[in-house]
Amino acid sequence: MTAKWYQQSGTDGDVVVSTRVRFARNLNHLPFPAGMTAEQREEVIGQIFEAFPQDGSGAFQCIRMTELSEWDALSMVERHLISPNFTAHPEGEALLLSPDESVSVMIGEEDHVRIQAMHAGLALDEAFTAANCWDDFLDARLHFAFDDRLGYLTQCPTNLGTGMRASVMLHLPALQEKGVIQQLANTVSKLGLTIRGMYGEGSRSEGAMYQLSNQVTLGITEQEAIENLKSIVGQIVKEERGYREQLRETPALEDRVYRSLGILQNARLLSGKEFMSLISHVRMGAAMNILTSVDLNGISHLMVDAQPAALMQQAGCELDPAERDKRRAALVRERLQ
Amino acid sequence: MNCDHCGKYPATTHITKTVNGKTTQWNLCAHCAAEQGVNTAFGGLGFDLNDFWGSLFLEPAKRAPEDTVRCEDCGRSFKEIAEMGRPGCPTCYRTFYDRLLPSIQRIHGKTQHTGKVAEKADETVKKEHELKALREQLAAHIANQEYEQCAALRDRIRELEEGDAK
Repeated sequence: MTAKWYQQSGTDGDVVVSTRVRFARNLNHLPFPAGMTAEQREEVIGQIFEAFPQDGSGAFQCIRMTELSEWDALSMVERHLISPNFTAHPEGEALLLSPDESVSVMIGEEDHVRIQAMHAGLALDEAFTAANCWDDFLDARLHFAFDDRLGYLTQCPTNLGTGMRASVMLHLPALQEKGVIQQLANTVSKLGLTIRGMYGEGSRSEGAMYQLSNQVTLGITEQEAIENLKSIVGQIVKEERGYREQLRETPALEDRVYRSLGILQNARLLSGKEFMSLISHVRMGAAMNILTSVDLNGISHLMVDAQPAALMQQAGCELDPAERDKRRAALVRERLQ
Repeated sequence: MNCDHCGKYPATTHITKTVNGKTTQWNLCAHCAAEQGVNTAFGGLGFDLNDFWGSLFLEPAKRAPEDTVRCEDCGRSFKEIAEMGRPGCPTCYRTFYDRLLPSIQRIHGKTQHTGKVAEKADETVKKEHELKALREQLAAHIANQEYEQCAALRDRIRELEEGDAK
């Protein structure tokens, strides 16, 4: 089985969990998804399925969202393969997924096509190249809506221009503890970037995970947006590491890391919120070599597998919150021994 | 509490949004909520205060009741786009370009695309974008005194410019 991108950690993995680049594209002369008929939705899915290679080792999986169980779809949201909105109306929506799940193409979400490439750690150039390569591939076979003044035409005007959103998932426990996230948010917003919770728009931060992405897409080239983000991420990584070193001086940090590990290794019930808060301390401990028995790859993998829908997917049935807490605790104990 | 948008009717829909740590609260009456695309087909697509651009040009739309121009692809009028907060299709952007532009500028601060050019775009557009990018690269190399990269860039610029003259 091909290893998935989220089962690994990458460059600057102590702070940067993952990188994502996505392009929003629409077919010319068809209404945007909100105004499409069922036939037009089928037409878009048909055109894109046809354009993609369907055989060979690199073949993409073609998935109609109506074929998936609710928890299968939600576990894809947890793995950041699709957006939360994409699961709300599965009719007329489809997904193309590469074997290692690093490239996904959502069809019929807010735009006709959303091409997305994910990568572990800080890898903006790699994720951009992958997404761009599939964009070129589709661009050569389809007629994307484009205007020489406004660039790629998207349903929401906030994506006009490049239609590109590049984002990095950051683990910022030290900056959060110092209470400087608000200040950071204010600063990055002046630089055309935005910082949000773990699952993007409208979500709150869990386990000190924050998503930093470019906000402006018109009047800026893809490379400029990537370089801008790269430089800000570099500074945030440096700040986070600096604060972590300051925390290292205090006995409270080591105590908290070991206590968190102790609870995770012994708890019989773990809510999602408690798990995220404890694993955040353990992740920081592992990244700072305070803990040597757990590695970042294993933590990344566990953080995906312990999410609610992932637990239901593993169980193969719907689970109520109490049952999930029990199974989560069992899974965590097994992985952290 | 009355509606933040019309100020006339009691607010029944309350939306709290937190972006960049800033929390904004909107209180809308049923009519304005529907007009802004909340609790309609648009609701499921994710309501975002950034998408609240409908309200940015709702006023001018009200001032121009005789709206006879319609998008040739999807048939929407500018007033309908303003009420829904989003264009109906790519052609809407071309049809109502002048009227949408102020809102677009408010969102992005700029109005001219400078990035990647689609394969099906006009050849002249492609060439213009390439020339602009090359000139910018050349200027950056000159500013950094990286003269060895300049010759190849100048050749490519000349080649494109001469192509124009032919």
